[in-house]
Amino acid sequence: MSVAQQSPSILVKNSGSLTRRFSWTRAREQVIRLVLFLCGALSLLTTAGIIAVLFNEAIYSFSGTAFFQTVSITDFLFDTVWAPQHPDKPRFGILPLLCGTFVIAGLGGIIGLPIGLASAIYLSEYAKPKMRRIVKPVLEILAGIPTVVYGYFALVFVTPYLLRPIFQTWLGISVDIFNAMSAGIVVGVMIIPTVCSLSEDALRAVPRGLREAGYALGSTKFDVSLKVVVPAALSGILASFLLAIARAIGETMAVTIAAGQQPRLTLNPFRGMETMTAYIVNISLGDTEAGSMEYKSLYAVALSLFVITLSMNVLAQWVLKRFREVYE
Amino acid sequence: MSVSGSLREPALAKRHRIGQLFEWACCGSTWFGMVVLSLLLLSIGWKAMAWPIPDADAVDRAAATKTDAKANALLSPRPLSTRFLTSYDSRVPQKAGIKAALWGSLWLLVFVTITTVPVGVGAAVYLEEYSNEGRWKRIIQVNLSNLAGVPSIVYGILGLTVFVRMFGLFGHDGKVLDFNLGFAMLSIPLPFERSVISGALTLSLLVLPTVIVAAQEALRAVPSSIRTASYALGATQWQTIRHQVLPAAMPGIMTGVILSLSRAMGETAPLIMIGALTYLAKCPGKIDSLSAVWQHPTGLLEAPFDVFTSLPIQIFNWVSRAQPEYDHLAAAGIMVLLVVLMMMNTAAILIRNRFQRRTQW
Repeated sequence: MSVAQQSPSILVKNSGSLTRRFSWTRAREQVIRLVLFLCGALSLLTTAGIIAVLFNEAIYSFSGTAFFQTVSITDFLFDTVWAPQHPDKPRFGILPLLCGTFVIAGLGGIIGLPIGLASAIYLSEYAKPKMRRIVKPVLEILAGIPTVVYGYFALVFVTPYLLRPIFQTWLGISVDIFNAMSAGIVVGVMIIPTVCSLSEDALRAVPRGLREAGYALGSTKFDVSLKVVVPAALSGILASFLLAIARAIGETMAVTIAAGQQPRLTLNPFRGMETMTAYIVNISLGDTEAGSMEYKSLYAVALSLFVITLSMNVLAQWVLKRFREVYE
Repeated sequence: MSVSGSLREPALAKRHRIGQLFEWACCGSTWFGMVVLSLLLLSIGWKAMAWPIPDADAVDRAAATKTDAKANALLSPRPLSTRFLTSYDSRVPQKAGIKAALWGSLWLLVFVTITTVPVGVGAAVYLEEYSNEGRWKRIIQVNLSNLAGVPSIVYGILGLTVFVRMFGLFGHDGKVLDFNLGFAMLSIPLPFERSVISGALTLSLLVLPTVIVAAQEALRAVPSSIRTASYALGATQWQTIRHQVLPAAMPGIMTGVILSLSRAMGETAPLIMIGALTYLAKCPGKIDSLSAVWQHPTGLLEAPFDVFTSLPIQIFNWVSRAQPEYDHLAAAGIMVLLVVLMMMNTAAILIRNRFQRRTQW
């Protein structure tokens, strides 16, 4: 088609057929390339969508008033009461929600991080291949169990059969039905697979030569594992910790079911608490009118959650890049 | 071991003792996961297998009054039975089942698959085959790893605003687009409201990053000699991808896709956000069996825009009710959900093992 319109001299030049000219095959290639690029760009669009939606409802609205145009950001960050449903004087201090979130994520971290790291060390340094073949699938199954199941487990088993007998009956500390401890325990179990598999990858990437050198200097296996291999893989281990904590902070269903819905500024893990995620779920369960202050507070809380988890993820990637030990 | 000779030296003996303790601690941690998993399965299975034993008074009262609920409580020994799979949710725990939730989950699965697979694989192909380490590739890659870390509830908020409400663009009552397909009418309500399609699109956005990363790994595992051989025979880039690279990477892609889909099936929070939690006594599009599809095939067109519930939502609904009977129903629901997920995971593992052994480059 285009060939016919070209002048004879160009035709002669192109007769080598290696120069670029129009053909339907080539056009199709370009169209396919464009379509595939759009598929890839959809992920960028998702991020843009999340940021735009949160920004529009929380920070500056183009079609109404956003959350932070009504509530000042200092009130939001430093007020100690979260009572959005109060009929006369609603108060929006996110501290109680932040407290619940971090107490539960902290408890989860105390339980999940050491256990995850220890099993990673075991799998990479001590375990025989047969053992790995058994343990790996079990960890995959643990990682694949829906979080609503963990929530049920915490509420129906951990609290009545583990926490109450130990702490209430023996030690005399009263344990609420909904409490942060049970939520923290199951969140800890939930992050074990993340920590374990990411840390194990980091440990296994440490070259054999370093271990051999350690043994040659008279180290025991314990010394080599803990003083050579773990420091060498530290960036990967730290990154796995950060990712796991970010996951614990963003965890929703288990926390909603097990920790209750009382926004409470306390460090006592045996009381009920409300996390940021649980607040979002509880509000959306009720009949909240779109456009009301309560509805907008949802976006403000989600924005805080997004900022926290995103910065932890970015930090994890930075740690990985900055402190990576590169071996030949 | 040869070490034993030198163990007389006290300091060394101490070091070995510490080492031994450390190994045991690590081994114990590794088994901790197994113990928790078996405890979880056993306890939930135990809860699912029996109703609480009614006390003698209740039995007498039931015998005297012969009310439906009490009589049923005595008749069916356990919540997990075939009746549980074939009846709708009910105010009477002994009659409640997961029919609506099963069909809702099935519809979600179908639509998430339809939307996720082409887009996810397409994006992975672009990143691995077309963008040669360019700026776009770096940006998209960083963006993907960040998206994978975004809490699922935030996706729920995105879905609520974009799909359920469509930014409030269509006013209070919304709008309906009608398409005449000749044999039936396809009515698409805008915004999508609390429909199957809203849920499926939200879940698709949620699992897309994982699908893309898994597909990328599968594509990367295809040796470049296959590509060069194809080019040498005169194939274009798309022909090479379509006929050589994709078929070779298919098992890996399928494994990744199935694992991601099983994650989507277990997601609860984003679906609650977009409003799936309702007491529901009907299936999407009124299709509640295969024969129903024959009787009114137009239901297939209505289903995507119908309200729905799904298995994890139903479980959450039962967990948050007060009566103890609902705990047993929730446990039974969890057993069904776990069996479904286990089947999907087994399929993924089988595909992986089968093709790993066969293909040798």
